[in-house]
Amino acid sequence: MTLKEISRLLDANVINNSIDMDMDIQSACSADMMSTVMYYHTANSLLITGLAQPSVIRTAEMAGIKAIVFVLDKKPDATLIELAGLKDIPLLSTPYCMYTASGKLFEAGMPSCLGK
Amino acid sequence: MALDIEKPIEGSFQIIGGNFDTAGAASSQLKSKLVELGVNEEVIRHAAIATFEAEMNVIIYAAAGRLSYVITPTYIEIKIEDMGPGIEDIEQAMQEGYSTAPEWVRAMGWGAGMGLPNMNKNSDTFKVDSVVGEGTSIEMTMNFP
Repeated sequence: MTLKEISRLLDANVINNSIDMDMDIQSACSADMMSTVMYYHTANSLLITGLAQPSVIRTAEMAGIKAIVFVLDKKPDATLIELAGLKDIPLLSTPYCMYTASGKLFEAGMPSCLGK
Repeated sequence: MALDIEKPIEGSFQIIGGNFDTAGAASSQLKSKLVELGVNEEVIRHAAIATFEAEMNVIIYAAAGRLSYVITPTYIEIKIEDMGPGIEDIEQAMQEGYSTAPEWVRAMGWGAGMGLPNMNKNSDTFKVDSVVGEGTSIEMTMNFP
């Protein structure tokens, strides 16, 4: 599923511009605890989170997360956005809660990182 | 495949406890080094995750710490020593989900009780030594395929 399609399904705003909206993402995980992301994730996936701390970007960098969706219209601060830019990590913001955002993507065929 | 380096490459970083703003900077620099050397992608991911977890533990629990590494042609060894409170029961701390992190740390996305298990999961060898009131030392290695 492309980032463009994900953005459309989630009525999302693109936070950092000049990103590749045709980027292909094949799995997703939803979490607010970063160790959980790193323990269970698979590389090249989408992270859906309500946590808007700079360490989310570091987690994505270490774990090979391709893009991040912030739920409930969370607005990350400038430090986070700048770090994401340095690491080429696209950031989206959706008005939906984590449950609904995850459900919408799952319904559209996006599998879980864990495959279960 | 062994790395084409003439001699082991060593380095170290200081980590300041409580500084969440720069959390992950040391792990990021180590990851960049491994990428530059052409280390296997999967090994880089394991090393980056394990190092980041260890770095976060220093930031969360300790006043300060030091991360050092040695890259040889066939493996990387990472050592993290901190001046923290120490771990009372290492066996308990190794259990997934066990955490002594305060609520404010959990609110920042950490303290899920997966730190040490995650380091262990991503290492080929893993060793923790700790003295309550003095600090903790973690040594881990990742072999190159």
